[in-house]
Amino acid sequence: MYPENREPEAKEEATPELAESKYSRSSLYKDAWRRLRKNKLAMLGFAIIILLILIAIFAPLIAPYNPTERIKADSSLGPSAKHLFGTDILGRDIFTRVIFGSRISIQVGIVAVGISLTIGLFFGALAGYFGNIPDTIIMRLADIFFAFPYILGAIAIMTILGPGLINIFIAIGILGWAYFARLFRGSILSIKNKEYIEAARALGASNFRIITKHIFPNAFAPMIVYGTMNVGTAIIVEAALSFLGLGVQPPTPAWGEMLSESLKYINTAPWMMFFPGFAIVITVLGFVLFGDGLRDAFDPRMK
Amino acid sequence: MDNNNLLEVKNLKKYFYLRSGFFFQKSAGSVKAVDDISFKIKEGETFGLVGESGCGKSTTARAILRLIEPTDGQVIYEGEDILSFPRKKMFDIRKKIQIIFQDPYASLSPRMTIGDIISEPMEIHNIGDKKYREKRVKKLLEIVGLNPEHINRYPHEFSGGQRQRIGVARALVLNPKLILCDEPVSALDVSVQAQILNLMTDLQKEFNLTYLFIAHDLSVVKHVSNNIAVMYLGKIVEVASSEALYENPLHPYTMGLLSAVPIPDPELEKKRKRIILTGDVPSPIDPPSGCRFHPRCPIAKEICSKQEPELKNYSEDGKKHLSACFFAGKSIVK
Amino acid sequence: MDNNKILEVKNLRTHFYTDDGIVKAVDGVSFDLKKGETLGIVGETGSGKSVTALSILNLIPQPTGKIIEGEILFEGVDMTKLKRRELQKYRGNKISMIFQDPMTSLNPVYTIGNQLMESIVIHRRMSKKNAKEEAVKLLQLVGIPEPKKRLTSYPHEFSGGMRQRVMIAMALANDPSILIADEPTTALDVTIQAQILELMDELKNKTNSSIIIITHDLGVVAKYASRVMVMYGGRPVEFSNINNIFYEPLHPYTIGLMNSITRLDEKKKEKLKPIEGTPPSLIDLPKGCVFASRCNYKIDKCTSKYPPLKEIKGNHYVACYRAKEFMEGSLSRKG
Repeated sequence: MYPENREPEAKEEATPELAESKYSRSSLYKDAWRRLRKNKLAMLGFAIIILLILIAIFAPLIAPYNPTERIKADSSLGPSAKHLFGTDILGRDIFTRVIFGSRISIQVGIVAVGISLTIGLFFGALAGYFGNIPDTIIMRLADIFFAFPYILGAIAIMTILGPGLINIFIAIGILGWAYFARLFRGSILSIKNKEYIEAARALGASNFRIITKHIFPNAFAPMIVYGTMNVGTAIIVEAALSFLGLGVQPPTPAWGEMLSESLKYINTAPWMMFFPGFAIVITVLGFVLFGDGLRDAFDPRMK
Repeated sequence: MDNNNLLEVKNLKKYFYLRSGFFFQKSAGSVKAVDDISFKIKEGETFGLVGESGCGKSTTARAILRLIEPTDGQVIYEGEDILSFPRKKMFDIRKKIQIIFQDPYASLSPRMTIGDIISEPMEIHNIGDKKYREKRVKKLLEIVGLNPEHINRYPHEFSGGQRQRIGVARALVLNPKLILCDEPVSALDVSVQAQILNLMTDLQKEFNLTYLFIAHDLSVVKHVSNNIAVMYLGKIVEVASSEALYENPLHPYTMGLLSAVPIPDPELEKKRKRIILTGDVPSPIDPPSGCRFHPRCPIAKEICSKQEPELKNYSEDGKKHLSACFFAGKSIVK
Repeated sequence: MDNNKILEVKNLRTHFYTDDGIVKAVDGVSFDLKKGETLGIVGETGSGKSVTALSILNLIPQPTGKIIEGEILFEGVDMTKLKRRELQKYRGNKISMIFQDPMTSLNPVYTIGNQLMESIVIHRRMSKKNAKEEAVKLLQLVGIPEPKKRLTSYPHEFSGGMRQRVMIAMALANDPSILIADEPTTALDVTIQAQILELMDELKNKTNSSIIIITHDLGVVAKYASRVMVMYGGRPVEFSNINNIFYEPLHPYTIGLMNSITRLDEKKKEKLKPIEGTPPSLIDLPKGCVFASRCNYKIDKCTSKYPPLKEIKGNHYVACYRAKEFMEGSLSRKG
């Protein structure tokens, strides 16, 4: 909002200098942040993400019990003051396990998307900037990846690699690259023919310089948006893999694995399924809301 | 051969080949965007290149700078054909020839501060250290009429006219001799247009610059240029001094173009007899035979569709006035 | 005299409510349009000329834009008071509009004939067969060769100039009394521009309709308009017939504009006299005259109170405290 308390005298002498200084001195990212802050849903998503990260980091301090500790006497209890979310069949505190489970989800989300992003950026840049043969090879390869349903591909890879956290990173990370590559290629293609790229070429700038200094910074914004949304997808895939027993192995607490174990007791002890499921929904929602807000913030014309 | 030519373009051609098919690409004809054009630019002058969209004027500028490789021809800068230059030599010549673009919004990278934008040429060509570069950028901002304190701002914080000043500063930073101006003012409002035109003429005097000034607006080109070439469908149809071109146009297309521009003078407009050219500019993929203008030409005869007229000198007073028309100078008013 | 007025706009104010604040795109515009005349609205980017035109048919982008004040009287009806449904009866019927970009104004998935006939059928309740005949007539009227064949063509098969002709045909389909043309030729080449403007002028004389032409090109105004409103910063600064505006401008902005244009007929290369500075932001309009910060003739009064648009002499309206001095010659326009 514009300062209403500004002195009227200052307004009178509005030279072009002054009229111009009313724009905050900012880059695209600051502008985007300013718009983002006004978007309530996006800020809700942002709050969820921050909260989740804090929970993951400080899990041992927040959780009242040890996640693998079995209290035989307390097995299969409903929610109570002693066990906020109840306990599972082995007598483990579900509240504690949900809290520790966030660590796996966050790690998978960030690392796997990081891997996809890195591979995708590299090949997307090659394909988009050089075109022709590199473009054809890379994009046909990407088509092969698109042909697989995401989850089926992940199952296939996990079956080959065997279960485990590192393998989940690899499986989800490798599967996601094609989406990033295609997106990055697209935004490079649209930027490649802009006049400022031509201006740089006219000055004799090298390909490396043009890609890193001119194209990357301008093509990166959509990648951030897509990356954020993709964290949610990665978390769901991880949960699915763990649910199927292909992911994180018990007794390590993971939301998908907790869902899988609680399936048998869905009628007798619904809380066992409700709380990890709720955690997944909230987390994914957080990333999607934030990603959505980011997209609007980077591109105000969308509204 | 006069020796004071800074740039000579000889028989320049740029064809774009169209391809069709997905797997087995085959040639589907070509667009002759620039088709065998020649002109000379003297040191210190402003040479105007005027024509409607698709006539090849922008392609010409890009071909001169080898931003797109010309299909054929020579671009002789200070006596040497730069089209034959190897990479390294071409890199060096880029310091001497700069370009200013039409769109002040698209020609500046939105993620760089204007300080970075203007000092980039020095960075690329390894000139001076950080301190020197900053000093030079501030000096240039002052020269083009911007506040040197704004060095850390981003392009979107400036108006169109101010951005075009930034573009001018970037073009000046390496002390070039020749600047190709590709529609430098056509995206600007009238009052701002005048500011930039004045700035460009002032700079020309101060730094002894030579301009190739490309525009579609005949009145702007006439205002800034000493000599003007008129292009139509990849060909030059007329070359003359700007006064001669306005007062005594020889090619029917030039006459039609001049007549189409309304003059901001109501009484004059009432008296003026206008000739409106009919039809559209034909596609450059399949240009008309013979003289490319003949389907729209009010005085075309049979020969015009069969033979291509040469660009010949029609002036008797020693000054050059070239026209590519069999009936050069014949009035098109019926 | 008054019966001659076909449209009267009184104190129109159209604002946009954006994230950055309120953009006062049009802030107090009054003018009238006479039967059979061509009125030019001239101004630079952000002067409010296009928004003024859009406001007449309430085509302002929703929900950010809003007419907050003013009357737009057409045939005695205040258009700002009409409901959406009622307004639609006027759009494309009694008042039509053509826009700058003929490339995006036509729907690429329908044929030219389809789009032309749609407009006829909506407003005239004609049978399809009659509408088709009418469409052929219209294409012929705007100079499209082989109109019958062209009815089945798609927009991409037409050149820019031809598309603008189709747009004009659509605008004229229902014999409108007012044609509003918003930069109709800016996207076109010079020789095509001349064709289109001649066509509009011819058709206007044939049908005795009125035209509002919005442009930044003073040459176009000099050739085709009979009266001109010059706008700056969302307000009219000068309004009169073309001879007054071109030969005896009384507002410093108009004077500056006349001094900054390159003229094809200039004899000697004189240096242009541009208006220094840049137009103000419409969000943070300065108190007083909007032009004051760029004005060479500014006096104290200018920065405290906005000068109202006043009739300085017969039918010559100027919003400047010093207009009289220009008129009497005590102030030089050479500045």
